[in-house]
Amino acid sequence: MPAAADAELIPLPRRWKRPPLIKSARLRWSLGICAALYLAAAFGTIEVNWLRVWAGLDRGWAFVLGFMNPDFVSHWADIKEGILESLVMTVTSTAIGILISVPIGLGAARNIAPLPVYLFCRGIIALSRSFQEVIIAILFVAIFGFGPFAGVATLSFATIGFLAKLLAEDIEDSRADQLEAIRATGSSWPQLMNYAVQPQVMPRLIGLSMYRLDINFRESAVVGLVGAGGIGATLNTSFDRYEFGTTAAILITIIVIVILAEYASGMIRARLQ
Amino acid sequence: MPVSSVGEIQVWHRRARGKQLAIWFGWLCGVALFMFCWNIISEKTTWFFVFDAPRIVGDISSRMFPPRWSYAEKLWLPIWDTMNIATLGTIFSIVMAVPVAFLAARNTTPSAKFVRPVALLIIVSSRSINSLIWALLLVSIVGPGLFAGVIAISLRSIGFVAKLLYEAIEEIDQNQVEAIEATGASRIQVIAFGIVPQIMPAFAGITVFRWDINIRESTVLGLVGAGGIGLQLQASLNVLAWPQVTLILMAILCFVLASELVSARVRKAII
Repeated sequence: MPAAADAELIPLPRRWKRPPLIKSARLRWSLGICAALYLAAAFGTIEVNWLRVWAGLDRGWAFVLGFMNPDFVSHWADIKEGILESLVMTVTSTAIGILISVPIGLGAARNIAPLPVYLFCRGIIALSRSFQEVIIAILFVAIFGFGPFAGVATLSFATIGFLAKLLAEDIEDSRADQLEAIRATGSSWPQLMNYAVQPQVMPRLIGLSMYRLDINFRESAVVGLVGAGGIGATLNTSFDRYEFGTTAAILITIIVIVILAEYASGMIRARLQ
Repeated sequence: MPVSSVGEIQVWHRRARGKQLAIWFGWLCGVALFMFCWNIISEKTTWFFVFDAPRIVGDISSRMFPPRWSYAEKLWLPIWDTMNIATLGTIFSIVMAVPVAFLAARNTTPSAKFVRPVALLIIVSSRSINSLIWALLLVSIVGPGLFAGVIAISLRSIGFVAKLLYEAIEEIDQNQVEAIEATGASRIQVIAFGIVPQIMPAFAGITVFRWDINIRESTVLGLVGAGGIGLQLQASLNVLAWPQVTLILMAILCFVLASELVSARVRKAII
């Protein structure tokens, strides 16, 4: 048998090794060494004051205890008001955000927008995505004054970066032949949007909007830290006063609402598809 | 096909009448809800300040320009710190998120009744609470500094990484797992040789994506004392040094755009 003869000639490797993720050995090693050097440098910058950590541990423990028996009662009026304000801000800012991001999303899709419009809209998206909500909230509080209006403005602005970008990408991925078919009927630009683009992107747009509603609620808890309304102010106060029971109660309320919202949006998205 | 006849001519409509009415009713409810919420916001707003906003914007921007370029040399270290917070935070979060993901995925969890709900609860709790709130909490526990920032970022990222990872695990090709099982492999070997190679590209993509998000989040952690460039921002805002604020914002913008570029490149190379 020739196969047996071959087996005698070529010694089979004893152990099988799995193929590495990066094929080129040189690239693999140099990447590894760079990563190791970087990590060593990065760990060097972190100074941990273990005495301070040790002293803080009972505060951490107090927080864990607070989570074990959250205190919904003593500041219930504040919690309720804050959460309601957060919810109201969420709805308003998501609605406004969608209204603004649809035109910007259309403008940022290369296949339906001319180049100057495209660049302008992409610029707005990049600006909105680069700054964290809190930074924008600080600026808007300085401009509009304290209160939920600054929060709504912040969240609407942040929604644009998320929604318009994903919408534009979805439009760019949509099927060109449907656009062409509607164009061939001699349709105007609004008709083209209404009959060729909208039906293709609508399910995803609704899904993304639900997701953004969820994100905006979570973020509305944070913009309050800098005075832009919502539950964040109450949360900050409870931290400052070391009332971890109340803190835990607020965090648990946020988590429960997020779970409910996620469940509801999952059901809606499942029905749409 | 929904067609109505007007006299002799048949007119095509996009939707049947019932569906059209339902959609119209949905819009009505949505607009009513929006108006209700807007009303509440409007009552809490001091409109005088809002109408005064253009003047304020003009005032602030006249103070903001030109940026104070000489301040730039003091920003290199905070930017390096910010990058370290994001990177180390991502690494720690991966260490914690991978076991959680395997416990949460339907096809790898040891017990779908008891362990899976706990893993899912960890995921949703970590996702619901913003890194700034984690930072607030950790600053009061471990004291201000980079360490609090790193932990805050990693706690916040667990949920994100674990959620996307367990969805990737649930979508794997079961045949390969069966093939490994048929060789008599142990549970851990099945995971190492049947599942891990399949989720590796998704895992790398998720990690880089989260790192990119973390860069953005770690720019503000300094506002509550958890290190990074946010500290400088807070200090400059406190003394109303607007030219410095401009420079910091520009630095953040460049930094974030650069990280986004890196992450897009890496993801393209992987997928």
